[in-house]
Formats: sequence, C-alpha cells, structure tokens
Amino acid sequence: MENYEGLVHRGFSAAPDVQDPAVLAWLIRRNGLEMSRISRGSHIGSVFSVAEIIAVLYTGILHVDPANPQMPDRDRLILSKGHAGSAVYAALAETGFFPVEELKHHYANGSILSGHVSHKGIPGVEISTGSLGHGLSIGAGMAMGARMNGEDWRTWVVLGDGECDEGSVWEAALQAAQFKLDRLVAVVDYNHMQSLFTVEKTLQLEPFESKWRDFGWNAESVDGHDVRALRAAFERAMDNAGSGKPSVVLAHTVKGKGVSFMENNILWHYRTPQGEEYEAALKELEAQRP
Amino acid sequence: MRDAFVRALMEEMAANDRIILMTGDLGFGVLQPLWDHYPDRIINAGIAEQSMVGMAAGLAATGKIVFVYSIGNFPTLRPLEQIRNDCAYPGANVKIVCVGGGFVYGSLGMSHHATEDMAIMRALPGVTCFAPGDPAEAEATTHAAVRTNGTCYLRLGRGNEPKVHEGPVADWHLPAPLTIREGSQIALLSSGGILTQTAEAARMLEKRGISAEVVSFPCFKPMDQFAVKELSERFGILLTVEEHNVTGGFGSAICEIVAELGNGCRVYRVGLHDLYTAVVGNQQYLREVYGMDAESIADRAEALLHEKRTDA
Repeated sequence: MENYEGLVHRGFSAAPDVQDPAVLAWLIRRNGLEMSRISRGSHIGSVFSVAEIIAVLYTGILHVDPANPQMPDRDRLILSKGHAGSAVYAALAETGFFPVEELKHHYANGSILSGHVSHKGIPGVEISTGSLGHGLSIGAGMAMGARMNGEDWRTWVVLGDGECDEGSVWEAALQAAQFKLDRLVAVVDYNHMQSLFTVEKTLQLEPFESKWRDFGWNAESVDGHDVRALRAAFERAMDNAGSGKPSVVLAHTVKGKGVSFMENNILWHYRTPQGEEYEAALKELEAQRP
Repeated sequence: MRDAFVRALMEEMAANDRIILMTGDLGFGVLQPLWDHYPDRIINAGIAEQSMVGMAAGLAATGKIVFVYSIGNFPTLRPLEQIRNDCAYPGANVKIVCVGGGFVYGSLGMSHHATEDMAIMRALPGVTCFAPGDPAEAEATTHAAVRTNGTCYLRLGRGNEPKVHEGPVADWHLPAPLTIREGSQIALLSSGGILTQTAEAARMLEKRGISAEVVSFPCFKPMDQFAVKELSERFGILLTVEEHNVTGGFGSAICEIVAELGNGCRVYRVGLHDLYTAVVGNQQYLREVYGMDAESIADRAEALLHEKRTDA
C-alpha cells in the first residue's frame, strides 16, 4: 500500500490531459495493475481489455459531471460485466468523481470499492453489478423511463462477450428492440476469452453482429483498442437516436491488452501479478506512458 | 383478490402518474381496465421474467413505481436474482405481484403451485411482503405497497374469493395483524388466501365448544413483534396456517419470534410439510389432501388443545 501511495504522489494519476482517451486508458491500466497487485484480486485481463472502451466513454461521450454526479440529465452507464469494476473505478477517480487515493482500498476490509462494481457510496456508479446478464435489462428500463419522462439522456451498457451466454441478455435484446429504445447503446467488450476457454470453444457467438441485427438492433464492429475508431462508432450509435432501434458496438479487444505475457492468456482472468510478474508488467506499462 | 388489486391499482394510478405496470404476458381480461385507461403505462414485457424485473429496476431508477405482474412462481423464483440484486439491494420501487399464491392453479400441476415463495421472498433483506387474506385485504395491501418505499412482494390469491371482512379494511398500517374473530382458548394465525379456511375452522370449533381467535397477517414481513408477543402470552398455544411449505414460511416467521421470547408458548404449523405435490386437483381438493381445509384445521386445533389438557 505504501508503494501505491508513493506512485500516486509521483503523479501517474490526475494527469492534466486526462481528457485524452489514450491517457485515460493508460491510467486505467496503470491503476488496474496496482489495484490487482494490492488486493490480490482477479480479472486484470478484463480490465485491460475494456480500458479503451471505458476511457473513450468518459472523455467526451458520456454527458456526466464529476462535480454533480446525480445531475438529472446525465447519461447513465452500466458496467454489466461488473468484474471489470476497477476500470470504472479508475476512470471515475481519474476524472474527478472521487480521490484517486481511494483506489488503493479496492477489495480491502471496510472499503466501499468491492471487486465487482458497486453503487453504494461511490459517486458516478448507477447500479451494482457482478452477476452477469443483468445490465442490459436495467439499461432498457432506464432508457424506457427516460423516454416516458420526456428526457433525452442516453443509457450505455458495457457487456462482456462471455456474458452474452446468459439468456437474459437476449430477453433484453428482444425487449429493447420491441420498445424501440433508440437511446440505448450496448458496447460488447469482445475479447474472445471467457473464464475457462475461448468464446469459440465455450458457446460460439458468431455470427455475432448479424445476431444483433436479426434481433432488431443497429450493429457495427470496431477495433476496441483504437480510441479514434471507438469514438467514431460511439458517435454513430448516438446518431442512431431517432432510428427506432437500439444500437450495439462490438468492440474487438484483446484480453490482457498492454502487457505482452497477459495478452490472450486465459491465466490472467484470475491470476494477480506479484513479484517479478508485477515488475515486468509495470515495466511494459511504463514504457507505454503517453 | 385479482380484481380488488386491479381496482386499488386503478385508483392509485389515477392519483399518481409515476405508477406503471409490467406484465409477463399474463393477465388476460384481468388487466383490461388498466389497459383501457392507461395504455401508455402498461408494458407487456413478454415471457421474459428475468429481463422484465431488470427493466423494472431500471424504470424505478428514473422515478417510476413499477408493479410487476405475473402468476405462480413466475414473478419470484424465475427472476429471483434480479429481485435480489437489482431491486432489493438498491431499494428500487418495484412491487412484485403474484396471482395464484398456494394451490390456486392446483390442477395445472406442480410448476404452478406457489408453495415456497413466502419463505424465499421473506429471506431477501429489504423486501416488504404482503399476503392478503381476502379482497378487502388485497385492496389495503395494494395501497400499502404504493405507500411503502422500496421493493415489495404482494402475494395474491385468485379471483372471486369469499369476503372475510364485511367492509373495507380501513386505517390499516403495516405490519399490524387484523383480528377477524376473538376467542379465548387458542389463536389461529393465518397469512394469505387460506384465511377463508381458517375463519371457517373457528366457526366449526365454536360448534364443538371451543373458542378460537382468528388473526390475519396481511403483512408477513416485517412482522408485528408486539402483536405476536401479546398473542403468545395470552394463549400459550398458537396454530399457524399457510397455503405454503411450512419450511421458512409464515409459521416459521411466527416461530422465530416466539422462540426468542422463551415464554413457553407452543406453535403448531399447518401447511405443506416439505413436499411437492403430484396429486391432481383443484385448490380446495388439494387443501383437503394436505390438511389445510377448514375441517382439518379445526381438527388440528382441537387435538392440540386436548394434548395441552392431557399434559397439564
């Protein structure tokens, strides 16, 4: 923990250019590495795969205000793959929703920062998740409520690919299309890896994009680590308001992205970097410091 | 009870435009008055209970009071985790409504028997649980569910039950139980639609020279601890009646309170004793098979009093 405080004070956080998505994505990974090391928590591979998605959302896409997290017309973000919660915690802290120092308490006894994302006491988190297959339904309800209230904010839901094994995701997909929730955007962190095997070896999702289209959604695929491409795809999804269809962006990512020995290695769904592994990961991330 | 619920909800919807209702593709005919008056506030979510409850939580987050309607176990057991994580934990204003508590759909088979729902819903922190005993209690509890902030469970019976209360249940505040009939030798405590049988059992006991008090618990969580204490002290012998498995249900809730009082009061639970039924039959037939009809309740009460005298 001393180490982490030292690093915080050395200033890898609260960078002045935090509104640059590439910088925020790096900060998510950098904080994610520390949180994983200190907490001995798992899911670092998922945090690294979703980093650019979360970073792009929090740098100009989501209409949110760290000084007023309950702003009535804010956009709502639900991290349905709640196990990547430290990515959202890091993004919220780095963009000013709460002090970055809080991140070091992730997983700790008495902390508010649980392993899976929680809304209790954390400004900027709409709802707790952790059990997969819940978020898209909640998002559909929020989108419907906004429309009933005549409000024009958007609802964003970040899903995992493995999460799409859950039947409730497809119940929500049918409902969102049926109710023409065109201010609802889903983003799938499509890293092709689940808990034990690849998606392809578990439950094949392909043809994934056309599945969503067949369910009545606007769908497109994008490189989930290319911040410009992500931003453009998100803007197109926002422009779909009025199309009468919800939108999904399938963001093709690499599990463990950013640390060579974690990339596409199923081990890092659960493994936590300690000792030499931590040092090696740190060295690689520091070499990428924007 | 169904119609009483719809009537009460209609009144509430007229007064409060935040109230909406979602149905899991059920309620043919029953919900028609609501569709007619408030077509924009009734959502048929399809046969997709898990996502329906998730959506309800999302709608509640935008300020709505969301009633979620289905039958039997479909609005509870099927989307249980959505109720727990998405509604109860954040305290969402979602009101889960089950039509068909107990053996209402008796002949349809085991899938349609709601006989563990009270135990399961009662176990969820933050969920207020109602099981009205007749149409008047159904109306009162529907109004109470609107007034109660957070997640509620409303376990209704069917349509066209006989009335137990002569008039409406006025000035009722949860969790107070309602005394249906006063007595002096044994108290029959009842929660849910089985109240008609419980009340009838007391009338049968009277003919046998036994004075039984009948108390209905339209709210089974939270429990009125003081009322249960008073009953246990006054009678020293309580018989609980539920159209439900006795494991973890209404009778268990009474036992939990009485056991901690340590006042020596005996509690006997009438209900299903840890089984599913494969017997085919309508509600009343199944009640008779499993000892929950009025005569069986009266026989059990009489036997308990006899044992008490013998022990003394």
